[in-house]
Amino acid sequence: MPVAASAIYFLNLRGDVLINRLYRDDVGGNMVDAFRVHIMQTKELGTCPVRQIGGCSFFYMRISNVYIVIVVSSNANVACAFKFVVEAVTLFKSYFGGAFDEDAIRNNFVLIYELLDEIMDFGYPQNLSPEILKLYITQEGVRSPFSSKAADKPVPNATLQVTGAVGWRREGLLYKKNEVFLDIVESVNLLMSSKGSVLRCDVTGKILMKCFLSGMPDLKLGLNDKIGLEKESQLKSRPAKSGKTIELDDVTFHQCVNLTRFNSEKTVSFVPPDGEFELMKYRITEGVNLPFRVLPTIKELGRTRMEVNVKVKSVFGAKMFALGVVVKIPVPKQTAKTSFQVTSGRAKYNPSIDCLVWKIRKFPGQTEPTLSAEIELISTITEKKSWTRPPIQMEFQVPMFTASGLRVRFLKVWEKSGYNTVEWVRYITKAGSYEISILISILALITEAPACEDSGTGAIYVNLQKRSAEHMAFGHQQRC
Amino acid sequence: MSGHDSKYFSTTKKGEIPELKEELNSQYKDKRKDAVKKVIAAMTVGKDVSSLFTDVVNCMQTENLELKKLVYLYLINYAKSQPDLAILAVNTFVKDSQDPNPLIRALAVRTMGCIRVDKITEYLCDPLQRCLKDDDPYVRKTAAICVAKLYDINAELVEDRGFLDALKDLISDNNPMVVANAVAALAEIQETSSRPIFEITSSTLTKLLTALNECTEWGQVFILDALSKYKATDAREAENIVERVTPRLQHANCAVVLSAVKMILLQMELITSTDVVRNLCKKMAPPLVTLLSAEPEIQYVALRNINLIVQKRPTILAHEIKVFFCKYNDPIYVKMEKLEIMIKLASDRNIDQVLLEFKEYATEVDVDFVRKAVRAIGRCAIKLERAAERCISVLLELIKIKVNYVVQEAIIVIKDIFRRYPNTYESIIATLCESLDTLDEPEAKASMIWIIGEYAERIDNADELLESFLESFPEEPPQVQLQLLTATVKLFLKKPTEGPQQMIQVVLNNATVETDNPDLRDRAYIYWRLLSTDPEAAKDVVLAEKPVISDDSNQLEPSLLDELLANIATLSSVYHKPPDAFVTRVKTVSRTEEEDYPDASEGGYSESPAHTANIGASSPATTSNAQSAAARQPAAAPAPVPDLLDLMGMDNNSAIVPTDRPASPAGPPLPVLLPAPTGQGLQISAQLIRRDGQIFYSMLFENNSQIPLDGFMIQFNKNTFGLAAGGPLQVPQLQPGSSASTLLPMVLFQNISPGPPSTVLQVAVKNSQQPVWYFNDKLPLNVLFSEDGRMERSTFLETWKSLPDSNEVSRDFPAIVINSVEATLDQLAAFNMFFIAKRKHSNQDVLYLSAKIPRGIPFLIELTAAIGVPGLKCALKTPNPEFAPLFFEAVETLLKS
Repeated sequence: MPVAASAIYFLNLRGDVLINRLYRDDVGGNMVDAFRVHIMQTKELGTCPVRQIGGCSFFYMRISNVYIVIVVSSNANVACAFKFVVEAVTLFKSYFGGAFDEDAIRNNFVLIYELLDEIMDFGYPQNLSPEILKLYITQEGVRSPFSSKAADKPVPNATLQVTGAVGWRREGLLYKKNEVFLDIVESVNLLMSSKGSVLRCDVTGKILMKCFLSGMPDLKLGLNDKIGLEKESQLKSRPAKSGKTIELDDVTFHQCVNLTRFNSEKTVSFVPPDGEFELMKYRITEGVNLPFRVLPTIKELGRTRMEVNVKVKSVFGAKMFALGVVVKIPVPKQTAKTSFQVTSGRAKYNPSIDCLVWKIRKFPGQTEPTLSAEIELISTITEKKSWTRPPIQMEFQVPMFTASGLRVRFLKVWEKSGYNTVEWVRYITKAGSYEISILISILALITEAPACEDSGTGAIYVNLQKRSAEHMAFGHQQRC
Repeated sequence: MSGHDSKYFSTTKKGEIPELKEELNSQYKDKRKDAVKKVIAAMTVGKDVSSLFTDVVNCMQTENLELKKLVYLYLINYAKSQPDLAILAVNTFVKDSQDPNPLIRALAVRTMGCIRVDKITEYLCDPLQRCLKDDDPYVRKTAAICVAKLYDINAELVEDRGFLDALKDLISDNNPMVVANAVAALAEIQETSSRPIFEITSSTLTKLLTALNECTEWGQVFILDALSKYKATDAREAENIVERVTPRLQHANCAVVLSAVKMILLQMELITSTDVVRNLCKKMAPPLVTLLSAEPEIQYVALRNINLIVQKRPTILAHEIKVFFCKYNDPIYVKMEKLEIMIKLASDRNIDQVLLEFKEYATEVDVDFVRKAVRAIGRCAIKLERAAERCISVLLELIKIKVNYVVQEAIIVIKDIFRRYPNTYESIIATLCESLDTLDEPEAKASMIWIIGEYAERIDNADELLESFLESFPEEPPQVQLQLLTATVKLFLKKPTEGPQQMIQVVLNNATVETDNPDLRDRAYIYWRLLSTDPEAAKDVVLAEKPVISDDSNQLEPSLLDELLANIATLSSVYHKPPDAFVTRVKTVSRTEEEDYPDASEGGYSESPAHTANIGASSPATTSNAQSAAARQPAAAPAPVPDLLDLMGMDNNSAIVPTDRPASPAGPPLPVLLPAPTGQGLQISAQLIRRDGQIFYSMLFENNSQIPLDGFMIQFNKNTFGLAAGGPLQVPQLQPGSSASTLLPMVLFQNISPGPPSTVLQVAVKNSQQPVWYFNDKLPLNVLFSEDGRMERSTFLETWKSLPDSNEVSRDFPAIVINSVEATLDQLAAFNMFFIAKRKHSNQDVLYLSAKIPRGIPFLIELTAAIGVPGLKCALKTPNPEFAPLFFEAVETLLKS
């Protein structure tokens, strides 16, 4: 049964009900007490997100300082329930203008009630697209920018759009300037064993899109991935162009993408929602370009002293640079005194996380700064309680770099009015979970580093038509 | 853009309710709206604002949609507590359902369906009928779900008014969202109904598969889940379905992906082409891996499902083990599940890498996770013979770290490794013994003691080691005591010197006189008697070779696994339990009851919070059935089953048969074996019966005493066929004056008594309140006759001839009369005595029959009698003529009755 919920509760960290909605009759209104008593107030909290208490099952998620709890008493679809919660939170955030926390819920409870009534009926999720819902569910201050009409007068056709085949885009949009922005955001996950071999290395990427297009445009996206290119050359019966092609392990698409067509023709074609959305996600495990290498040396000198040397080497182009590089080097709890020398950036000892934190704000390519530190330890009675040696962790962002080598080849826009579109693209690589184990017996580990994240900072949009990414200035560059 | 609704929560003045009342009746629209918001805010924080019902309902007639929605929300919450007043709202509902604005029409129908008040339901039918045919798809999709709501309240009404057919029509609607909701509603109705309502034909299938392309993501889930019930007719159709479903694997919504996987796996069963299957497996792997980059909660659901999928189709993820390596900051529940899957995917090819991982995990901080990692190493050793040695060396390394719980866990798994590979790795025992004094957990101690006992002859100072434990014998937990007892006996049998002899005296004394644990005492007495009567026999018993254990990492039963796979993405697949095990569909309770608990109960579960607390406190995972039973009848005594199992904790792996099966449905009363006067008021009647090829002891317990009796246990003395209990005796607590019947499954050849065959069966029954009762029963040979006892005529003749005449025994039964050959043969056939042939000999009929008892002993039978005349001659030829007296006894009983 695809029922996802019999009731949904929003609780604060103390367990007070902020808002609740019963969708079905098969759970009691007081079931949340059971959750409070048996999960929130015990050590169970956080040990398992799906729990059975009595005849009911509870699924819960924590989002900032709010617990969202779903209660069911049937064999509900758990995957559907969790996905519903995730999507609902995205929806609320889009209504509240970003934040989702206890205050936001209290301040918008009428709106939330209204939305909860709309997005789920009898436990079955309905349309959760913010774009469409904003057409007819509006509150003071949350009025759709495109409708100047009063809150209680729905946009004509709203209902048709909610249920339409393109349930994520309104009709009749009009922009003076038709623009599309593409963000390719990759995060590199690396896990290196203490012996220095790469245990896991993968890139998870997503293509975020900001669409400001009039009418009902059809879009087609071309990437330099192997399967797509092969298919293309087959269709056009000309040999594939040489150049780097990459192999995507898996792709998932926003619901606007025609999957059947992707399956048969390997093209990504879609009618985009208006505004910002995540077009696709992909994963790559082969041929990852790691932007950093880390070479740590940790020596224990006697019982109370340690010597730490870490060299970080940037292996991307010399004209590029990484931003917000942070290297967290774990030290034992009983660290008493530290002294450092760094060739670049700043370092300090942060006792609350038991780490040396080394920050380099701007990290040019082809350089290798080092940190050397001496650490004095307090000798304690329970000394031999071995230090668990958590891994070194690294954070960074490298604009204009993709660890996977993925490039957007084209983005075609068709609309019946035949307007011109300007397309922009920018790339950024961030560190996902980037970890290097350190082990006592092994003095040096060689690590290849992963890449970074965050679209906000240094990355620049490059006009798609113009390929010279290297000498790009900051800020959005317009097509000539 | 944030709102400022929090101000509505802030009124805490004394006269809140009267004040609200006043505001609700204000002439100003804005003031009324604010007042309703305040009411809703009060409702949210749990204040009772039901007394404002009339005033709130008065605000319902409004043009303001926002206000209307708030009033509706109020109605959903309070209509049930004010059913008479709720009727006030009906007119507005009916009017709204005809509003020109489709949003209002839909809102009215949606809300009416949520109000479970009979009077409202009656008025819902007409609007619903209209809305199902509405021009606007938004109204139709809402009406479709409303049919399911109404069915839940009043199924008859839905059927009478023909809503089901209207719903079925919506499957062909031109709007995909209407189709999806109609499918969801029908699937749900089908689930609660025993009649076929929604059967997917191949034409519906095609229609729905097409709709799949246009639906919202959720609609795709509804449709895929409904279609997973469809059974394709042949491989070709299955392939077609799979082809249309496969593109869904690329969807960003995890629920769509999992439902698609479910459907593909189900259809794969039918697909015969290995190429197609291989290809599908290849296609399913990447989407499954991608699920692991979702939110941790979704990862957890995905991992629980992947656990099932790799049990069914190990090849899908055979090469992807790396993605299951734990990340440092994974939540603990994700790590635990990843570990399970790593064990399942471990193979000779990747074991080195896996062991490196496990070793790292074993040095982490979370104790439970560390333990599980150590156990995982052991399970890999048991699973992969060629890697066992490497696993053990990793375990030894871990033991050297001397972290207490790591050592203990390692010892527990090493014991299992010894049982899997006997006589291979005993050289490491010395290392284990070094950690002896650090053990403080029962399971680890018990394991270590088992190892010492098992290998007593190779450990020079085994007696010293065991002796060190003996000092604290009385304080040890039962698990350790039992192992100590057995280990000491083993030591004594292996090294019958003075030291061990003294030890055994101490132990036996401790375990019999000094203890009140019945398990321990029984075991001690058995050893004692064995040792004193026949030490050689004791050796045979105690030092018998143990069966080799095997890998348990693919532990689910194939049939259960298939059922769970058909439930992918649902709770069932997360709990790894079939839906019946935790879902109790409770039909709506009648109105009158509900009025007593206006807020507390929305339906079947009318538990008070305190009661819920009780239920939750007992382990929720295992006793769900008992709990839900208790939940429905709060007055009933706590379900006794789990406790009993604990008491009987000795043999939990044996078959357990439900207690509440009627002992023998319409059969004659069971013979009384322990009359009430002898049993201090407890009367026991019992008989051995054979059913479905298995022997059961059908028992009836009647408590005529003044006290409740519980904790029943049973034991059988040695007997000719070694008949013994195949599981614990399951009898609930017996209140004075009540009775309980049970079917105890029996097994053969457990404790065979030597000497000539006899039908005597000595039984001992005890409970927690009374002394042990002994009584004798008879073992009718016919319960042993097996279903495969029929012989071919030729075989019968050959066997008859091949047996020497000395094996033929005969007896006359002068009192038995055969009135009809047919009837007699039927009667005998019912007891697995099979008719072979018949001949006439003067006025007498001669019948030949065959039967077989376990261990393949055949009985060839010749019955001679004249119809209607008293007197029957029975001749028996068998390789084991010593059973003849038993046989005649059985025949006599059978034919007399």
